[in-house]
Amino acid sequence: MTSDNITYRNQQILKNAAIYAVLIVMAALFLFPLVWSFLNSVKTPPEALAVPPTYLPTKIVFDNYVELTTYGRGGVVRRVANSTLVSAVTVVGTIALSTLGGYGFARFNFKGKTILFVLVLSTLMIPFQSILIPLFVMLTAIDLHNNLFGLALVYITFQLPFGIFLMRNSFLAVPQEIEESALLDGCTSFNVLYKLLLRLVLPGIVTIAIYAFINSWNEFLAALIFMTDQDNFTLPIFLSNVSTGLYGQIDWGALQAGVMVSIIPSVVIFLLLQRYYMNGLMGGAVKS
Amino acid sequence: MASSTAMTAARRETGKSSTWQRQRSRTGFLFVLPTVIFVGVFFIIPLLMTAFMSLHDWPLFGAHEFIGLKNYSDLLSDRQFIKSLDFTARYTLIITPPIFIVAFILASLVRRNIRGIGIFRTIFFLPVVIGLGISSLLWVWLLNDQVGIINKILLDLGAITKPQLFLARPDTAMNVIIISVVWKTVGFTMVLLLAGMQAIPNELYESAEVDGAGYFAKLRFITLPLLRRTIALALVLSVIGSILAFDQFYIITGGGPRNSTISVVYWIFNNSFTYFKMGYGSAMSIVLLAILVVLSALQLYLLRDNSDT
Repeated sequence: MTSDNITYRNQQILKNAAIYAVLIVMAALFLFPLVWSFLNSVKTPPEALAVPPTYLPTKIVFDNYVELTTYGRGGVVRRVANSTLVSAVTVVGTIALSTLGGYGFARFNFKGKTILFVLVLSTLMIPFQSILIPLFVMLTAIDLHNNLFGLALVYITFQLPFGIFLMRNSFLAVPQEIEESALLDGCTSFNVLYKLLLRLVLPGIVTIAIYAFINSWNEFLAALIFMTDQDNFTLPIFLSNVSTGLYGQIDWGALQAGVMVSIIPSVVIFLLLQRYYMNGLMGGAVKS
Repeated sequence: MASSTAMTAARRETGKSSTWQRQRSRTGFLFVLPTVIFVGVFFIIPLLMTAFMSLHDWPLFGAHEFIGLKNYSDLLSDRQFIKSLDFTARYTLIITPPIFIVAFILASLVRRNIRGIGIFRTIFFLPVVIGLGISSLLWVWLLNDQVGIINKILLDLGAITKPQLFLARPDTAMNVIIISVVWKTVGFTMVLLLAGMQAIPNELYESAEVDGAGYFAKLRFITLPLLRRTIALALVLSVIGSILAFDQFYIITGGGPRNSTISVVYWIFNNSFTYFKMGYGSAMSIVLLAILVVLSALQLYLLRDNSDT
């Protein structure tokens, strides 16, 4: 009996060791592009362009990052500011509209509620790629094309179906008794939402905020179409122009510095708030 | 929902019920109004306008002119459009299996509750939060023939004798795209499959083991059947994403070599925003929309049918 147990345990240990070995190899493969991009970004500019390339930097400097600030008018700093502005407006707008809307759909009865809810959610099935042409025409007509706020308005709309869906579920999960007593005490609906419920649905708000940030920070096609003036480029568009040599010969060290600048905010936010991000992914996937 | 609540009862007693209800329904409507306006103005109207514009000759400047279905009939003789449809279909068929298989293997590995597994889950998922455009810029450099580290590694390992121009030939250009997209998106599919796997009761595996079932028997008779819904969902999302592919072709191949990697969205983009034939681009958008609607309907139907049997 005991020897059987020992054999079984040994087998388990061996099996786990094999699994760890595979996991470590796979993890190395997944991290390799990011690690080498970082290493390239801290080489000296000549070393970053060396043919054939060096594996490790001989000296760690941040010259490539400095170089990136000289491209175009305002360099990378301006484009980081542009992307930050668009993302911030998108996050704030998405939170405001989804919270109000989610509360409205979860707790109130009014004529046409079901139709409006289905209408909002049904846009999930329509790819935004198929409506970019009229959006461009419309934004041009109201003078909001090539405008960072115009871009943010479009991003907010793309976020709303998911935001509404998630916030409605968050409000539905809050026991109704909590707000009833407050309403009986004469609080207005808005005050109940603002002073009482907001704290209870905070996890939902964090989740939609992360999605709004990551999606607007990374979005490429709409920004490429709507932002026609270099000064208004978001970071991904700016970097794609660095890679095609718009700002002179392609500087691979500077490009990888730009890739790092773009990656770091999303990765940091994801690592800090992973739990909320995954909740959103599961919530969306399980229900759809 | 209201009838059983204490509040309604209280309001009814005071005789204010109907006024209060009316007020509440107006408040609710006001809460959802901003969302409805946004979705209406920036989604529903553009959607209708796509259909409207597709019936017009619509240049960037100057008047547009109604031309009926001419844009659609022009599509039939647009050789690049047919080529793009064909390429997008082939791309979708080529990219879906690697994404799914790698995701399935990763999910099978990280579903075990062993020490430190969370770190591995995070590492495999990490590229998902990076933009596809940015990850494409990363891979363009990694696979560059002159400064790319991958050519250097392959040379040092003796796998190749001289640097490869991966992007110069259609087949190797496609491999570059596949590797970069799998790296970037596989974590998402992995997490979907992982959630599905974690919902399978452990007792099923335990009793199968008692009956002497090996790994592949458990996979075939427990995991795969119970994961059917999740698998279908993962495939639908992956296929839809591939049909809409743009960033990776725009950045990595620029549509080349010899226009061999121009996807449908890329061709719509070129026509609408390079040649400014916006009516024509709208007609293509409607075709794309129709393909996607048919596909999701078909696949959702299959999903439902499977789960009943």
